[in-house]
Amino acid sequence: MYKYDEIDQQLVDERVAQYRDQTRRFLTGELSEEEFRPLRLQNGLYIQRHAPMLRIAVPYGMLSSKQLHKLADIAERYDRSYGHFSTRQNMQLNWPKLEQIPDILAELATVEMHAIQTSGNCIRNITTDQFAGIAPDEVVDPRAMAEVIRQWSTFHPEFALLPRKFKIAVSGTKQDRAVVQMHDIGMEFYLDGANKVAIKVWVGGGLGRTPILGSVINEHLEWQHALTYCEAIVRVYNLHGRRDNSYKARIKILVKALGIDEFRKQVDAEWSHLKDTPNTITEEELARVAQHFAVMPYDNLPVNNASFEAEVANNAAFAAWVKRCVHAHKQSGYRAVTLSLKPHGKAPGDASSEQMHVVADLAAQYSFGELRVSHEQNLILADVQLGNLFAVWQQARAHGLATPNIGLLTDIICCPGGDFCSLANAKSIPIAEAIQMQFDNLDYLHDIGELELNISGCMNACGHHHVGHIGILGVDKDGSEWYQVSIGGKQGNDASLSSVIGPSFAAEEMPGVVQRLIDVYIDQRTPEELFIDTVRRLGVAPFKAHVYAAKETEASHV
Amino acid sequence: MSNLIYQNAIATDDWTLVELPKIEKVVRMQAGKVVQFHLTGESTISATQITDTVIPPNGLVLLPMSVYIARKASLENRVAKQEVGIWLATHERLETLIEVEADLNRFPLITVFVERFSDGRIFSLGNLLRTRYGYNNTLRAFGDVLRDQLYFLKRSGFDSYLIRADRNAQEALSSLNDFTRPYQGAVDEKLPVWRRVSRK
Ligand code: SF4
Repeated sequence: MYKYDEIDQQLVDERVAQYRDQTRRFLTGELSEEEFRPLRLQNGLYIQRHAPMLRIAVPYGMLSSKQLHKLADIAERYDRSYGHFSTRQNMQLNWPKLEQIPDILAELATVEMHAIQTSGNCIRNITTDQFAGIAPDEVVDPRAMAEVIRQWSTFHPEFALLPRKFKIAVSGTKQDRAVVQMHDIGMEFYLDGANKVAIKVWVGGGLGRTPILGSVINEHLEWQHALTYCEAIVRVYNLHGRRDNSYKARIKILVKALGIDEFRKQVDAEWSHLKDTPNTITEEELARVAQHFAVMPYDNLPVNNASFEAEVANNAAFAAWVKRCVHAHKQSGYRAVTLSLKPHGKAPGDASSEQMHVVADLAAQYSFGELRVSHEQNLILADVQLGNLFAVWQQARAHGLATPNIGLLTDIICCPGGDFCSLANAKSIPIAEAIQMQFDNLDYLHDIGELELNISGCMNACGHHHVGHIGILGVDKDGSEWYQVSIGGKQGNDASLSSVIGPSFAAEEMPGVVQRLIDVYIDQRTPEELFIDTVRRLGVAPFKAHVYAAKETEASHV
Repeated sequence: MSNLIYQNAIATDDWTLVELPKIEKVVRMQAGKVVQFHLTGESTISATQITDTVIPPNGLVLLPMSVYIARKASLENRVAKQEVGIWLATHERLETLIEVEADLNRFPLITVFVERFSDGRIFSLGNLLRTRYGYNNTLRAFGDVLRDQLYFLKRSGFDSYLIRADRNAQEALSSLNDFTRPYQGAVDEKLPVWRRVSRK
């Protein structure tokens, strides 16, 4: 993974000094609450319900063992010994003290980490596929470009104070796992007819109050121009995006107001001035960054491993885990492993300091000292030998990291919600926990098959509820917490946004509602059909009918 | 003490800021909508505001861009004497000035007014003035200008900053150098870091 040189290091060190001084000025009253706000936000510090929340950047989700050990230590010393991995592939601390943030940042800087631009109205963390570099279906490894874009966006002077937050995702696979169509800018790298790396660019996607999938603004952009082209897009947005209403300030609203053709015309006009200016990426620079993502020093291994196959045959629990949590790999004899942060009945995405140390050790021992955070809020060991999978499983299981539910109903994507977030309409974590307990039977869970259930505590959609096969949104009705349920959303190349099934439900009804959705599916599915396919085939109506029929019967008994 | 920074030091301000006369805030409705400036939500400047603007007869005057454009003919000899500077707000379109004035270097001073700290349009405007429209003279930021914008303003082509009256400009100076070696090329340092130094 990318290693800092003295330039990178100096920049984060200077950031610590700058933020230390900003905090000092706030604490001495020189900066008002309102003036400090954009400054702390650009450094990932929110003021939440109970305490501040600090969001630490994990660029495109990559971490070293050393960094994860440090995160575990920081959580132990400055927080309540756990961290939360978010849908932006970042890590959040829920209980740090405002006056200690500069010290936390100084600690992070010692392991080449920071919290720069993890929040606020600026270009946020660049995200990508958690299997970048190792996925069998990968065409272009997007990580070097992600790092080049990260550096370009860090303290970009022109885009320091945008109308609203700005998210960029990159991917290099045929099967999009980075949800590029859901971002302000999405870039898919591919090889063009001349076998050169090119980029398909989407713009104006996003969730939140007005969910929209991105529109293609450029089918074929040569990779050298990635930065100047982004500059053209973000400049048009910076100058013309709305600033009078934060709900209408995202680039998607501008793209929609102008129409993609007019927006493209304006971007092209800007780009005609910016194209070939010095931020054009050179072969040398890309090669310099790419060497940090060189192929790992893999052993030459056969495709099969007898002891692994024997363990799978003899141990049903191990076999179930392999089926759900172990993934194909480019390299013969290697696999990627997902360590589930979704044990039933616990807040999705949370990891204790102890678990972080365990994962860091596993990565050091079995996966070249590196790991990844997925946007589904799990941790990934990317390069494990077949012969080591059983040992990894045993240790992971001993620490609650081996729930075999990856991709299943209980692998819930869930925002922090009303327990922590001051914007929330409703709690989300207890709903996730209740649903996980409702489907705690593993055989049943596997029988239901692949299903994505996403929960957000409010319209801001940090839990990506619009693209869940089942999406749950916390809403406020006369000051009490209700949940709106929608079905039929999907991420990936054939992405779609979900449709609401009807009036919202109280918290205690939610496990039953999900159960009834599943009942319709089990009843109606054809062999091999996944939940999402059944919804797409039948539409919302039969699901709606069953869920509300049950509700009415209950009501009539009261 | 003056709150004006020019380049890297405190400087005195010799310019008289000319403002548009305030109008009663009448919110004009049109088909049920407040009339807004483009998509960004600001109200437009009225013709009477422009004609009613009082321009001091002597000395260095900093005029609203809209007033200059409308009353250009009567200001020609003062422009020739280098007595006219221009100010514009962040929602105004530079193109309207360019249409009537091809050579911006006839103005010794252009300033951009930023009403709120969080309004980052000022950075794009600075960049465009310097890189697209070839403006070489003094470029100043005023309004809600605090020290934490200075580094970004400098990188966007500004060389003069009028710090908000209730803040200390002397202390703000150090923020011009918050970071030593930026990653990306911008207005002040045109080259990205990989073209400036050899990184291994
Ligand atoms: S979706 Fe809403 S409640 Fe959940 S984290 Fe985002 S802002 Fe907070």
